[in-house]
Parts: sequence; C-alpha cells; structure tokens
Amino acid sequence: MESTRNITIDWAGYDPGQAYDDIIDGSGNPRKAAHELAARLGAMSSRELRARQQAAESAIVETGITFTVYSEGQNIDRAWPFDIVPRTLDRAEWRTTEAGLQQRLRALNHFIDDVYHGQRIINDGKFPREVIESSKNFLTACVGASPVHKVWANICGSDLVRDKDGTMYVLEDNLRVPSGVSYMLENRAITKQVFPELFARQKIMPVDDYPAELFNMLVSLSPRPGDDPHVVVLTPGIYNSAYFEHSYLARRMGAELVEGSDLVVGDDDCVYMRAIEGLTRVDVIYSRINATFLDPEVFEKASMLGVPGLIRSWRAGKVAIANAPGTGVADDKVVYIYVPDMIRYYLGEEPILANVPTYQCADPDSLKYVLEHLPELVVKPANESGGYGMLVGPHSTAKERALFHDLIQKNPRNYVAQPVITLSTVPTVVNRKLEPRHVDLRPFILQGEGMYVTPGGLTRVALRRGSLVVNSSQGGGSKDTWVVG
Amino acid sequence: MLSRVAERIYWMSRYLERVENAARLVAVYSELLLDLPEDEKLDWSLPLQILGMDGAYSRSDHEEGELSFLLASQGNVASVLSSMNFARENARTTRDIVPSEAWRAINELHLYAVKSLPGMIRRPSSVVPAEIVGRCHQITGILEGTMSRGPAYWFVRLGRTLERADMSSRIIDVAATILLTGRDELHLHDSTIWRAVLRAQSAYQMYRQYVRRRILGPDVLRFLLRDADFPRSITHCVSVLEESLQQLPRCEKTLAEMAALRNRLEGIDLQTMEPDVVHLFADELQLDLASLHNAIFETWLNPMAAVRPD
Repeated sequence: MESTRNITIDWAGYDPGQAYDDIIDGSGNPRKAAHELAARLGAMSSRELRARQQAAESAIVETGITFTVYSEGQNIDRAWPFDIVPRTLDRAEWRTTEAGLQQRLRALNHFIDDVYHGQRIINDGKFPREVIESSKNFLTACVGASPVHKVWANICGSDLVRDKDGTMYVLEDNLRVPSGVSYMLENRAITKQVFPELFARQKIMPVDDYPAELFNMLVSLSPRPGDDPHVVVLTPGIYNSAYFEHSYLARRMGAELVEGSDLVVGDDDCVYMRAIEGLTRVDVIYSRINATFLDPEVFEKASMLGVPGLIRSWRAGKVAIANAPGTGVADDKVVYIYVPDMIRYYLGEEPILANVPTYQCADPDSLKYVLEHLPELVVKPANESGGYGMLVGPHSTAKERALFHDLIQKNPRNYVAQPVITLSTVPTVVNRKLEPRHVDLRPFILQGEGMYVTPGGLTRVALRRGSLVVNSSQGGGSKDTWVVG
Repeated sequence: MLSRVAERIYWMSRYLERVENAARLVAVYSELLLDLPEDEKLDWSLPLQILGMDGAYSRSDHEEGELSFLLASQGNVASVLSSMNFARENARTTRDIVPSEAWRAINELHLYAVKSLPGMIRRPSSVVPAEIVGRCHQITGILEGTMSRGPAYWFVRLGRTLERADMSSRIIDVAATILLTGRDELHLHDSTIWRAVLRAQSAYQMYRQYVRRRILGPDVLRFLLRDADFPRSITHCVSVLEESLQQLPRCEKTLAEMAALRNRLEGIDLQTMEPDVVHLFADELQLDLASLHNAIFETWLNPMAAVRPD
C-alpha cells in the first residue's frame, strides 16, 4: 500500500481561484462528465502519476510527434508538449456547442460568397463597406469566383473559451490554415495508452473519424466527379512549424504531400504534379499555404512556395482549393464582431454561441474607451494569428501600454480590444502534483456537401501558473479532450 | 508518386543500408583487432578506406582519431551518425509514405545512435554496432512486411540494393589489393582475415554451408561476386536491381545500364584472380553502379525532367 502522504490530490485542497474549473465544481466535487476521471486521479499515487506522465512523454519522443520552432536562426524540431490529464466536456452541453459552431460556419460561408459577389449585406447596410475596402485579406483576384457548394471555408478551427461563470464564448474563427487537428488525434492515441481503464468504463466520443471526414469532404470538391479524384496536401515545406501536421494528414488520408515546386499548371489550365510516371493531373488541393503565397502570377511575386497559374486554373474550375483563396477576408477580428449579425441576416436564426464582447477601435467611442482602459483589456491586431502582436493589459508594463496607445491611434482599423477572459482551468501535472492551469479549446469544423464537427477538439493549456497564453510557440502545452456521456 | 518523394525514399533506404554496412564493418573489425597479435598493427585506416572516407581524414585535422571520425563526427558527412541523420530526415519528410511502424523504428534507432555512438569511441566494442545492425534488420523487416509492392517499395529496394552492391564492391576491392599483394606478415593470419571479410558481409555462415572448403581468398571473392543465391553477392544484387527496375514505368534506359553491368560481371575471369585484375574490375563496377544511379535519377527522381504521359 502507498502511504496517504503519497496520494496525488486531495480535491478539497485544489483551488482554481476565480476561474471556472472544467473538472471540479465550486464545492470541490467532480463535475458530471469528470466523475470517473477525478476518482481515478484521486486514487493515484504521485509516483504513479509521474510514471504515466513520463511514459507519455517518451512515447511522444519515440513516435516523433513534433512541432517546429524557429529559434536562434535555426529551425528546431521539438517534442510536442502534452499533459496526461484530459479535459472533460458533458455531451449534452457539447451538442449545443456543436450546433453553434455549425451555425457560425454556415453564416461565415454565406458572408464570404456574398462579399465576392453581390455584396448584399453591405448594400443592405448590415455590414460596413469600409471594413472590406480596408481589408488586406479581401483579394480582388477572387471576385466572382464560385467554389463548389458555394463554400469557401471548408475547414475552420474556432477557438472557444469559458469565462468565470462557465459560459462558453467564441474567441475567434480561424479560417485560413487552422492547425492543431493532428495533435488532437495524437493526444487521443497517447491518452488511450495512459488511461485505458477509463475508456473501458465510460462512453468517450471517438475522434478518429476526422481524416476520413476530411478526405470525403475534399473528394466532394473535385471538378471531375465520378473519377477517382486525385487529392493532394500542399505544404510550404519541411521547415514550416506545422509540417508534422501536413505530413500526418496526408498519411492518414492516403493523399500525396506536395510542395509548390512539385506542381505545374499546363497550357490546358489543369494542375499537374511531377511524378515518376510523368506529369499527373491533380483535382483537389488541400492547401496549407497562405492564399497570398499561392500564385506568384497574381499575388506575392517573390513567393517560392506557390505555383504560377494556380489561381487561373482554380477560377477556370479545373482544380479545387480548400480553403478557397480569399477566405481570409472573414478571418479578421473586425469581421468577427459582425458574426452574430451575419447569423441573423443570412440564416434568420439567433446565434447559439456568444462572441466575447469586443471593442472596435475604428469606432470613435470605442476607441476612446479602449485607450482609457488599456490595463484591463486585451488588445489584438485584426489580422494576426498565433498570439503575436497582442497586449494583455493586466500583465503589461507602462512602456508596452504606451507603445500600443500609439499603434492604435495610428491605425485604429487594425485593432480590437476585449475584456480579459479568465479562462477555465483543468488539473495539470506540475512536479508530481495536480495544479489548475488555464485552457482553451479548438474544435475543427468541416463544410462541404454536409458538415462535421470534431467531438471536442484540441485543448491547449498554459503551463505557467496564472498564464493565459496557450500557444505552443509560447510555452503552451496540450491535453486530450473527452466528450463524455 | 512524386519524383521528390521517390528521391527521398530512395536515399532513406540507401542511408539505412549504409548505416547497417558501416556498423557491421566496425563490429567485425573490432573483433578482428582482438584476434591479431599486437605487433601486426592493423589500425582503423582500413575501414576508413573501405568506406571511402580516407580522403577526407587527416590525423592533424581530426584529433579525435579515426574511429571517432568514422562513427560520430558531425563534421564528416559520411560518418555513421551523419548517415543516420540523413536517413531519419528523409524518413521524417516522407512520413506520409513510410509505414508508421518503420518510421518509429528509424526514429528510435536515431535516438539510440545519437546516445550510444559517441560513448563507443573510448571503448571500441562490437556491442553498439551489433545493436545498430540488429535494428537495421528490424527496419528492413518492417518495410518488407508492411509495404505494398508499389513504386515506394521498389525505390526502397533499389536504394538498399544499390548501396549493398556498392559496399560489396568496396570490400572486395580493398580485400583483394591488400591481401593478395604484399603485406606478407599478414599471410599467417589469412584465414582470420578472410573470415572477417565474409563476416563484414554477413556471409560467413552461408559460405560455409555452400562452399564447403577451407577458407581461401579466391573462393571468398568468387562467392561474394558470383554466388547467385547469397543476398549480398554482387550477382544477386544485380538480379534484384533488374527485377525492381522492371516494376517501374519508363525503365528502358536504366535496364540498358543494367545490361552493361551484367556483361562486365559475367566477363571477368575468376580462375586467375590476379589482384590488379580484381582491383581494376572493382573500380569499373563502382563506375557502373554510379552510372546506374545517374540513370535512375534522370528517369524518375529529377522532378524538372518530368514529362507528360502520352
């Protein structure tokens, strides 16, 4: 018998402070979806906890689950940071979240298609014209294009956060090249090895369908239906931070992983790949390259990643590209503010999921408020991703605030601000013990002919005590996510 | 299959075979040194010569010594560790094609090599290289047992076999020139050395089973060159190469190269086995293998040469 001194956790002494904890409720009892998990963790010695965490970490090193960081002038392949304690979600609540995510993506796709055609929403006065006119992600080369099913964003990764009172908010919608789904799948594979007994004892929704669902969605976009369409994954190359994921998805779908230099557009406007058989026709491209690098004939002239003539081929309907070029116009933190209005406008429905209240600095009243309240707000540039170029008010220095004061005043259109959300917490292994750490959640939503939402998604965790920054490039880790019930 | 991917698969396989061959050579050679008397003074320059690293090595530039240069030098692009890095990098960048069990074994072998090779230099022994050879066998087994017989598999096979034939020709070359000429003092140990030559090709046991005579230099050379059934003999490698090339599209040019190679192999007079003849022959064989590699590259691996199918 282990002595009680060795027991890893006394839930009564576990204190998430102000935050909502996804596993333990305010009175120190496990939430409904977390009963089995909390009991198992509670019965585990700290030695066993550490042994399981170490087993998980060496499995990650041996199977080579990595992400690439650019540091000190070198690209370094790092082991994926993972915490063995899963985050649980109740299945009944998840059904609502799932419906809300589908609703958002349907509305966003209506919006993108509208923006590149009649601009009905602008003409009806429901969306400000200047937001589009000043957007660097509105690509004139895409005006009038018609992707299959009128769907532009086929793959979306939306970030969800829970505030103090437990309300789930959408923080942003990633519509360009959202990443992380491969880690969601690998996290599950590892967790099955770490806690096999818990999978046997309760119903945890499987996540393994994703590659097949992604492949079926991509096939449905083919310009040559009926044939066996040739699907490829287009990667910027082995030095990209998400290369592991590109390769992973290609493998799990049985698709070719190609780089721009492997493709060529023929005189017939079709896309071919340079293969050992000679040039071979490509039907569907799952692109993991930012749209403006896709075609040096149309966009970035110096891009070495792209394929000259690709946009011509796409516009001629000879090849499908997912996400469609131009989709990024909706991946803008100013556009985000209007998503609830879009849902009402295009779908005639009330939004199921709420936005985080957001101040648009282009609006004079909001600008004034933001500049006066910088210490309590999170300020974000409208068009960046990966957590870069942000100001987190409560953790900022006076110098940083002065810098942002200037930046915002110079270019208000490019900034939005939000109140700080105290992200929910999940117990996390810290020095053989469990301590609360803040998390967010990125589910992945597919839209082709039909729709699919991953059950759960990728839970990212800020490993430093009190930190709200979950990005893996900035000290974040990840967890498996269980939809239980 | 993409030309670029085919190239990486081909090189992954070549590097793995190179790691295996070099590790086996080091294991056998470490034991050979124990069997030879102190005053015969064989040093590590011979393995360096076999592996073609003698030109890049100089005692003054590489204080760490020959064995370290051969095994673990980061500055030596031909060291076992460098080959291992290349093998892993080629596998990592083709993980969509390489079976995941094989990737895992390659990744683990890489971790093992990084950890164990530097330590081996202080105390040369056959334990670490033998472990590496064993893991290479495991990887070969996974690839053989899990890959469908499609283009990726044939490129794996081409890379492995071409590298293997190249290594055989190098061992034959060095063995012939050193042991059939001068170095009288070594003649006393002839059978020890020829046994080591066979072991360096994992050929000892099969030689005993099929040749059934005491171990003699010319017999060993004949076996390694001409035996049709031993998997590492040049003749057997040539058959495997021919068979693999025939499975790939547009293979005519490469098959023509193979025909030249086979003619040369069948033309050599194995009765006399004069050292200078063997040496010249081994040289020509290596040139043939190099031009076969060029033909493979031009036909399939060079993406810029891709043509539209008719």
